[in-house]
Amino acid sequence: MAGRNIGQKRLVVGAHYGLRDWLSQRITAMVLASYSLILLVAALAAAEPGYYGWASLFAQTWMKVFTLVAFLAFIYHAWVGVRDIWMDYVKPLAIRLALQVFTILWLLGSFVWAVEVVWRV
Amino acid sequence: MPQTIAKKRPEFRNIHITQIIGYRLPLAGIMSILHRVSGAVMFLLLPLVVWLLDKSLTSELSYAELLGVVDSVPAKLLLCAIAWAFIHHFWGGIRHLVNDVHIGISREASPKMASGFMVVSLLTSLLAFFAIFGVI
Repeated sequence: MAGRNIGQKRLVVGAHYGLRDWLSQRITAMVLASYSLILLVAALAAAEPGYYGWASLFAQTWMKVFTLVAFLAFIYHAWVGVRDIWMDYVKPLAIRLALQVFTILWLLGSFVWAVEVVWRV
Repeated sequence: MPQTIAKKRPEFRNIHITQIIGYRLPLAGIMSILHRVSGAVMFLLLPLVVWLLDKSLTSELSYAELLGVVDSVPAKLLLCAIAWAFIHHFWGGIRHLVNDVHIGISREASPKMASGFMVVSLLTSLLAFFAIFGVI
């Protein structure tokens, strides 16, 4: 592939086809599973029910940091997964590239919004 | 000059979308495609989840407003869809990790593992649906 990857044959959409994506998908998955379980336990064990218990959980710095690190793990995980969906089902290059750009913007936009939400609690 | 009749070699291609119904997928395959479907659902609904987080955290007032918004059957069904996608993907992911350490990959073990995870996924989803509809 490397020899033909020049000029008009240059690969503009693709994955890394190997260990890196496989491993990153496992690591981000473990971060997300841990965060989910801790959030569930913390929410169920909240000091008081309703808004104040919920908001005071997110008022703590460790929770803000953990939430946003988990969100980063989510967008990387989703990028690898959704990109694989486009690569499996969408063959025309222009449409695939447009969908991949949309995927990145959708994920990054959600992340920036989440930073704004979590950091003002 | 004797001519040998070239026997056409069979070609295996991806099945067409219209053939999907006629194909019998093994249980592990069903778990696998639902993993992809549930992941895609979460990707598409991500901004909605951030919106829910926003409303739930901004103030006591927005929290109360949110409870009002989700107090309808269509809204609760949407929450059920998010809950199912998350729960199914969670168990499907655990199944992948178990397979990674070479457990449950033999022809005999694979459908057993898949059906076990399917049952756990459905039961925990049901639990979440009951919680969303306030039954428990």
